[in-house]
Amino acid sequence: MTSDSTGYKNHIEKTAKLKSGEISLKENVRYFLERIKKHEHLNAFNFIFDEDALLQAEKIEEKIHSGTHGKLAGMVIAIKDVLALKGKPLTCSSGMLKDFTSLYTATAVRKLLEEDAIIIGKTNCDEFAMGSSNENSAFGPVLNPVDTSRVPGGSSGGAAVAMAAGLCDLSIGTDTGGSIRQPASFCGVLGLKPTYGRVSRSGLTAFASSFDSIGPFAKDISDIALVMEVISGRDSFDATSARNEVPEYSLNLDDITVSKGNYSGKPRIGIPKEYFSEGLNEEVRDVIKGTIEKIKSQGFEVRDISLPNTPYCIATYYILTTAEASSNLARYDGARYGFRGPKSQTLKDMYVDSRTSGFGKEVKRRIMLGTYVLSAGYYEAYYRKAQKVRRLLKNDFDRAFSEVDLILTPTAPTTAFKLGEKSSNPLEMYLNDIYTTSANLAGIPGISIPVGNDSKGLPVGMQLMADQFDELTIMKMCRYLDEKI
Amino acid sequence: MPVTRKDVEYIAALAKLRFSETELDSFTGELNQILNYIEKLNELDTSNVEPLSYPVEVSNVLREDKRMPSVTTQEALRNSPDSTEEFFRVPKVINVE
Repeated sequence: MTSDSTGYKNHIEKTAKLKSGEISLKENVRYFLERIKKHEHLNAFNFIFDEDALLQAEKIEEKIHSGTHGKLAGMVIAIKDVLALKGKPLTCSSGMLKDFTSLYTATAVRKLLEEDAIIIGKTNCDEFAMGSSNENSAFGPVLNPVDTSRVPGGSSGGAAVAMAAGLCDLSIGTDTGGSIRQPASFCGVLGLKPTYGRVSRSGLTAFASSFDSIGPFAKDISDIALVMEVISGRDSFDATSARNEVPEYSLNLDDITVSKGNYSGKPRIGIPKEYFSEGLNEEVRDVIKGTIEKIKSQGFEVRDISLPNTPYCIATYYILTTAEASSNLARYDGARYGFRGPKSQTLKDMYVDSRTSGFGKEVKRRIMLGTYVLSAGYYEAYYRKAQKVRRLLKNDFDRAFSEVDLILTPTAPTTAFKLGEKSSNPLEMYLNDIYTTSANLAGIPGISIPVGNDSKGLPVGMQLMADQFDELTIMKMCRYLDEKI
Repeated sequence: MPVTRKDVEYIAALAKLRFSETELDSFTGELNQILNYIEKLNELDTSNVEPLSYPVEVSNVLREDKRMPSVTTQEALRNSPDSTEEFFRVPKVINVE
């Protein structure tokens, strides 16, 4: 896959062309800035850092020519507006934070900058990353570039669109229940949600702390591999960040062989029957089944498996994430930062006025649900119960990964739906995450790979999940699919 | 266990949110719909299951207790809606009824 007219298909090619002088980094950044302007109607960006980006381009170009550049030199990256970048606005697409400026830089973003990436802007998203359509944004909805009457998915809709419309080399989103994978599926790009704790959450505005993950969107898996090498790893600012060694993902993509226990060979692939039952659109099913047949014909061992507790994912997910959100969002009280109701006479009124005017409807709905499930008398029945079911769901995956190396499913039950189609029914909107919340509940990595289109020409995404910290097998399979299938 | 409008008012008070009459009605309906869906978890017997709080289970994470650079008072006040040179300023805390 090549971008429209950048002239390179991934960062490896870009680096070579920058080194040989075939392309100028400043021109390249200008190209993206013009393209962003030309695609303003998609509403993918909340903020564009044109001056900074051009200035950085000049500096990094010099580094490239003197051979002192970092791994991501000149990679033009857009970041979701829930990630902190010092001195820049951080709004979470919320009226609550419309005037907030970051005091520090998120660890993942800092690592990108240290390797000489260029941050071109911050992308639109659902408010506080809560939504599956990017319609819940104080900056207005994002449009899907494939069909502008349709949603791009959410919550990282802007990041997915920035990638799909060729407005950057790579974008960074966050995924709490599918917020990277579902928009990647709707827009036809790659989107990886890493293992929980693989990437530090420091500087990511908290939504549901035991679910939130930061990950990349790209068009080529080698770019995802390279960026994951950079942003992964232990960070003293996030106690839940993992100490596990970070593999050299980008150097190991071409060998499809995996070794686990006493098994060595091509990844064994499990197809969970629960992900192909009612509710799955037939055209999506056909595209996925077609891909499975092609994989089989390449000599992969593909077997049917069962994840029996799948029907309980959405309920478990919405109890736990809204509970965590209601707690995390208690900090927005109008006292120290964020929106403050202008006329409040007492402290208590200030809290209520600020929160009532500052938050949008979906955020309030989730705070209400979360407050309810945590309230006295209901804690055991809802919250504790859901934590126990979370264990059962994780056990399902542990069992499955003792037999297979990858689990293959559709990413979403449908292709991109129309703007406004589901915004009046919250439960129906929640059910859109039916195949993606499981990876967050179990803390495992998952990717959405574009594998075809429906009869309307809308992209269909296929999800591959692997065991915790086995991003590499996902990436290898992705490379294999790209080259051989 | 259906949620009444009164419950919704109580939850709103806990969450420090205010709703209009129509919003209260629609929230009551929506919460009931969502909670009704969530009830399906009761089909599962979880009596011998340990709750899972974090999907990647690690034991205590400790670090040396040492002083590290932090933001200055001035920086910390930069995003405040109202402040003096050193403090956040808020409306009256004590409400004389």
